[in-house]
Amino acid sequence: MTRNSLILHVTILAAGIAAPLLFPGLVFQFAMLWIMILFALTWDTMGGQMGYNSLGNILFFGVGMYACAIAQIGMFYDVAEYTAAFGAIKVDFTDQQYYMGIALGLVFAAVAAFVVAAVLSWVLLGLRGPYFAIGTLGAALAAAELTGAWDYVGGGGGLSMPVFPGEPGARSLFFYSLCMATTIACYFFLRWLYGTRFGLALNAIRDDEDKAEAMGLHTTRYKTMAWSISAFFLGIVGGLFGNMTGFIEPLEVAYPTLTFGIFMVAMTLLGGKGTLWGPIIGATLFHVVKEVTWTYLLGWQWIALGLLIIVNVVYFQQGIMGWMREKWPERFGLVVDTRATISRREDTQ
Amino acid sequence: MSSVMMEVKNVSKSYGGVVANSNVSLTVPEGRITGLIGPNGSGKTTLFNSIVGYHPIDSGSIHFQGREISKLTVPKIARLGLVRTFQQTRIYSAMNCLENMRISIPHRNAAWGDMFSAYSPSIVERAEHLLEFVGLYAKRNLMAGSLSFGQQKLLEFAMALMNEPKVLLLDEPTAGINPTLINGLIDRLQRANKEFGITMFIIEHNMRVIMNMAEHIYCLAHGELLAEGTPDMIQNDKRVIDAYLGAH
Repeated sequence: MTRNSLILHVTILAAGIAAPLLFPGLVFQFAMLWIMILFALTWDTMGGQMGYNSLGNILFFGVGMYACAIAQIGMFYDVAEYTAAFGAIKVDFTDQQYYMGIALGLVFAAVAAFVVAAVLSWVLLGLRGPYFAIGTLGAALAAAELTGAWDYVGGGGGLSMPVFPGEPGARSLFFYSLCMATTIACYFFLRWLYGTRFGLALNAIRDDEDKAEAMGLHTTRYKTMAWSISAFFLGIVGGLFGNMTGFIEPLEVAYPTLTFGIFMVAMTLLGGKGTLWGPIIGATLFHVVKEVTWTYLLGWQWIALGLLIIVNVVYFQQGIMGWMREKWPERFGLVVDTRATISRREDTQ
Repeated sequence: MSSVMMEVKNVSKSYGGVVANSNVSLTVPEGRITGLIGPNGSGKTTLFNSIVGYHPIDSGSIHFQGREISKLTVPKIARLGLVRTFQQTRIYSAMNCLENMRISIPHRNAAWGDMFSAYSPSIVERAEHLLEFVGLYAKRNLMAGSLSFGQQKLLEFAMALMNEPKVLLLDEPTAGINPTLINGLIDRLQRANKEFGITMFIIEHNMRVIMNMAEHIYCLAHGELLAEGTPDMIQNDKRVIDAYLGAH
């Protein structure tokens, strides 16, 4: 890590710690910002780095949310009985039960999302281009319908999550910290991942999958793993978001295809796909614009957001990072080496 | 006499009613350069595609080092050490040249864990030396898509060498390359054959190139094997001359 890079990372970390303390009223919005960044980062793994535009990544968010809920409740109660009562029975979780439930629930959420992605890969990753996009969208819509018809988890009527044992302020900070930690872990994991053979393999598949196959690359293996890794992190934030809202149901909370599902794509395109920082910048800008318009332009907020997306894809397709790379290629290492040969380079050393 | 590296036996392939290859048989001996010529549309690229598993063949068999490969998938055949380059050059355009080279290492024995392995300095060094071998070292940090067509061809060739193939199938390696660069390319192909011991099977339209390089040449016309022999025999074969002039 260079000095400038280190300063940048420490600054962001400090801002992340200070933000909820300075603006206690906005902690939920800040937590959502970390979730949005994770949405964009994980979408970019598929859409940006690998060139597979998924419109259904929200599926793993929902799978994680329900998996977490089932684990949290199922460890101490009968889930079917719990949901059938619609809150009529008073269920109390002790502090220990709550924290143990959420810890194991999040692990279960991540694993469940990972496994679902691996199984879906087998069916959907044979598709390319628009067929993959529509196939994944179909999978997400079907998941919402299937969950809605599944009485065990409350069907379309939804399910109340265990109540946080503590003050509302402590609750916000608890979930904020977990969202921040998950997103930072995801960032460092992807940063490392893109530096290994895996990163180049994804880029090779994006640029020319037939060529990659002709060179003997295990394309199926890489594609399956890439989607499963995305799903792993989406599963964790799904579990967190379910607990943050306190009540989960399939259409609006667990599988919001038309909001979060599309935001993932829009944010990544805004920041610049196929880069590590593009999704982060895009998600931050998008989330700020969204929150500001929701506050000051109420009634017009969707139109403002739609306008931002249209301007982005019509006039600014490369996104912020892509534009910077075109403007300052030398900063990104795209240079002709004037020390033209290896032998000459060895002379100068 | 060297041993047989690859053997194509009675291979036929048709698309609907169009017969692209009919009963083609040929052998590629180890360590040699073998040529494949024929007029446009004679089925040369179809034969290449059949060999590397791009599509199933209708009948016949293809053996590589004694192993039947006509039922295997493209990446599996590539991992056995049978690597092809494309007529329409294919490189990873949004990656720089060095990255193109690094991802082209052989994946023959790659385990699941190797997906996450870092690149050792020896791989980077090998990539740099091969880039210098084809004259692209100075451009190693540029996006491959920003190179000229001829340079992309050289990069694709270097990527194929990086893969350490046993047999290299080259589909028109000199097409679209500046005539002054062709001599350099011929020299590099021959050096790769001699120094790295790579068996080559080359489709080529440029007669000067193929007659200089190949020891044995097969000629296809209308999907059938028309003639075979040394460059001298082929050059003086009346059927070959007729085929190129359109009499066949």
